[in-house]
Amino acid sequence: MVRVRHTIASLLLVIALASIVIPIPPSNNGEHLLDAAEAQGTSLTVYSGRSENLVGPIIEQFEKDTGIEIEVRYGDTTSLALALVEEGRNTPADVFFSQDAGALGLLTNADLLTPLPAYILDSVEPRFRDPNGTWVGITGRARVVAYNTDALSEEDLPETLFGFTDPAWRGRIGFVPTNASFLAHLTAIRVVEGDDAAREFVEGLIANQALEYERNPAAVAGVAAGEVDAALVNHYYLFRLLAENPDAPVANYYFPGDDIGNLINVAGVGILSASDAKPLAQQFIAYLLSRTAQQYFAEETFEYPLLIGFPADPRLKPLDEIETPEINLSDLDDLQGTLDLLDSLLTQ
Amino acid sequence: MIRTLPRSTPISRLLLAVTIPLALALLLPTVYLALRAAQVPSGDALSYLTRAGTLRVIGRSLLLVGAVSLSAAAIGIPAAWLTVRTDLRARRLWTVVLTVPLVIPSYVFALALVGALGQRGFVQGWLAPLGVERLPSIYGFWGAWLAITLLSYPYVFLSVRAGLKGLDPALEEASRTLGRSGWETFRRITLRQLMPSITAGVLLVALYTLSDFGAVAIMQYNVFTRAIYLRLSLDLGLAALLSIVLVALSVGILVLAHITEPRGSHYTQRSARVPRRVTLGRWQGAAQAFLALIALGALIAPLGVLSYWLVNGLQHGETVNSVLAPLQRSIRAAALAALAAGALALPFVILQVRYPSRLSHALAQGAYLGYALPGVVVGLAFVFLGAKALGALNQTFGLSDYRSLGLLVFAYVVRFLPQAIGPARAGLLQVNPHLEESALTLGRSRPRVFLSVTLPLMRPGVIAGVALMFLTAMKELPITLLLAPTGYTTLATQIWSASSEAFYARAAAPALVLVLISALSLVYILDSDD
Repeated sequence: MVRVRHTIASLLLVIALASIVIPIPPSNNGEHLLDAAEAQGTSLTVYSGRSENLVGPIIEQFEKDTGIEIEVRYGDTTSLALALVEEGRNTPADVFFSQDAGALGLLTNADLLTPLPAYILDSVEPRFRDPNGTWVGITGRARVVAYNTDALSEEDLPETLFGFTDPAWRGRIGFVPTNASFLAHLTAIRVVEGDDAAREFVEGLIANQALEYERNPAAVAGVAAGEVDAALVNHYYLFRLLAENPDAPVANYYFPGDDIGNLINVAGVGILSASDAKPLAQQFIAYLLSRTAQQYFAEETFEYPLLIGFPADPRLKPLDEIETPEINLSDLDDLQGTLDLLDSLLTQ
Repeated sequence: MIRTLPRSTPISRLLLAVTIPLALALLLPTVYLALRAAQVPSGDALSYLTRAGTLRVIGRSLLLVGAVSLSAAAIGIPAAWLTVRTDLRARRLWTVVLTVPLVIPSYVFALALVGALGQRGFVQGWLAPLGVERLPSIYGFWGAWLAITLLSYPYVFLSVRAGLKGLDPALEEASRTLGRSGWETFRRITLRQLMPSITAGVLLVALYTLSDFGAVAIMQYNVFTRAIYLRLSLDLGLAALLSIVLVALSVGILVLAHITEPRGSHYTQRSARVPRRVTLGRWQGAAQAFLALIALGALIAPLGVLSYWLVNGLQHGETVNSVLAPLQRSIRAAALAALAAGALALPFVILQVRYPSRLSHALAQGAYLGYALPGVVVGLAFVFLGAKALGALNQTFGLSDYRSLGLLVFAYVVRFLPQAIGPARAGLLQVNPHLEESALTLGRSRPRVFLSVTLPLMRPGVIAGVALMFLTAMKELPITLLLAPTGYTTLATQIWSASSEAFYARAAAPALVLVLISALSLVYILDSDD
């Protein structure tokens, strides 16, 4: 026994020392290239709240096409936005790629973003960018109702999101109360319909014993399995499920008209005022809105490409047929009231 | 009479010269928060702190700390007694199994717990044939309480084990000879002598509970760390204010622990005799079942869920990224931080134990101040300071980023140094100063006495502290996300990035590797005589 302990102890010590001493091979792009690029002023630093799995390949493609080196810092959107606020003028970042509009609104309000040029702004519909042009959406995520097609047809579904508070839906609906997308949606309800409407909505869901899922994919799988008849989710989880299980009896439902249920949140980008590489940053954003990149995002994530006129996946309801509620997405940064509300309702 | 300043010798002056600047560095995040909080107009601050929502957060935090402390003690103390003082079968195996949960990151643990006990988790699947359609929601208090209890009871378990081994059986024997019953002896002699170990263990549990973010975030229980995190994006000043209240709470807990710790010397290191083990007899089965139940919840369930995710994901064609380079980065940063913390803990401990004074005590306790702060706040403090320093250095050196491995390691040390100080202090307390004095009278110099007598005797404590620091740094997430150099992906950030996109197999692979490697470091923490 003592000998085993000694072996493990020495082994671990050797591993630790080796990890400290042995150089780590650079991940994908050589640091020396980056250094050279920095010296020539052809490098860019991006803070990305979107994951490496998703954004990594398209950034590599950009580097290959342009010779511009990009350093990406991955993290969660909120923490990165906060880091940008703390770093202020001294930030090394040139571009912020946010998972949602709320964080971009936060930076806009902190006066940290610089307006984008018209040629970039004009390639995206006004409803998917900041009114003052400080950020622009790259892809869109529609809030939808995923419903079980064996149990329901479209006519059975309510004409407004608030219809799910009807007692007829008792025990038949699922939601993901803690997911950022649901929180953003609830914020939108507060902004557009008022605090009371939002409170009544959540109270109604709870009264209807809505099933709480911890993740969106689980909620959609729950619909497929018939655990619930319908669930409030983002539109693309359906297609991830269908990729695994093409026969799953699930479809997405959009509400008629500009119901608050039809919110489309965006993943978007802005350029930091403190950036000393604004032309390169603009070039990068233009690339994200190019056909190549939009195609990539559409195929990879099933999100809506926001470049005007660029077609989404044919199985999606086209963007120009969806009436979205009248809202400035930058206002989705007002999370506090939403959290207070959920706090008082969910954790009693 | 307690001195205000330590007695002045060349050594104590040297120790002060080292520890004072260090303690100031450890206070950086707290100072940063105080500055931020001071920006809030005092009227706003008062009304924010006294409004119902804030009071609820304070109440919940206290409730969770109290409940977790109690349940961790209720698990840790009997488990320690069973493995040290009884003829429990497979004692060594149980000791290892019951310690391993310490190395599982709380966000991983909580995710796996939801997978197992969620309304539609594995357990519901097994119960479905019995007509159970959904389990009660695990979110909120119960989930957070269960997760943090199962993760943190090893602090009590380890501390009480060490205490039990240091007990002199002569006292208990005397009590029995004087006619007291076994239970009464346990209560009046054993338990009383164990109080310092219990206090030390429960203190760590309480502070851990206050500072944990991963479990409460996933369990949706709105305590301080979560409220601060959510506040951060809205109003940094108010978030800082909340953090200051959190620091005040942890000071309160420290003071409470200090008051309850009995005075007097501790260096009754274990006697040469081994106490007679209690024969469990027909209780053997019950003891095994009790420990098995804990192991099931704390270790087998989370590892089982992780393994299932890995296999299931691979079957569905998910590709798993290589964990080799992230593993090396994790170990590199954690090992550097652990070694640094081991060295830095020594001056604090020697000053506090060998040169007792109010100042020495305050310096060592000051290291605990930042311990209860959520990692994201510590991280943001360094982001702020780093960016300010960068602003100044940028012109001179042409630096483009302030983040570096050095800054990351420094932040780990600031965040977790108490983990190295605690065991090292316990180690030194057990070294009888008469041994050092004997060596001195025999003509050895102070430094040589320290190296040849003190350090070897306190070594187990120092090493245990270093190992504890290592495994905590291995699983740290929020500071790593904010401060690691760009591209410095570690196991923890890999797990986070995969699980945030619901790629469970990609998250499970690095998580299992992390648990395995950290578990190895437990050989330094567990005593060799088991």
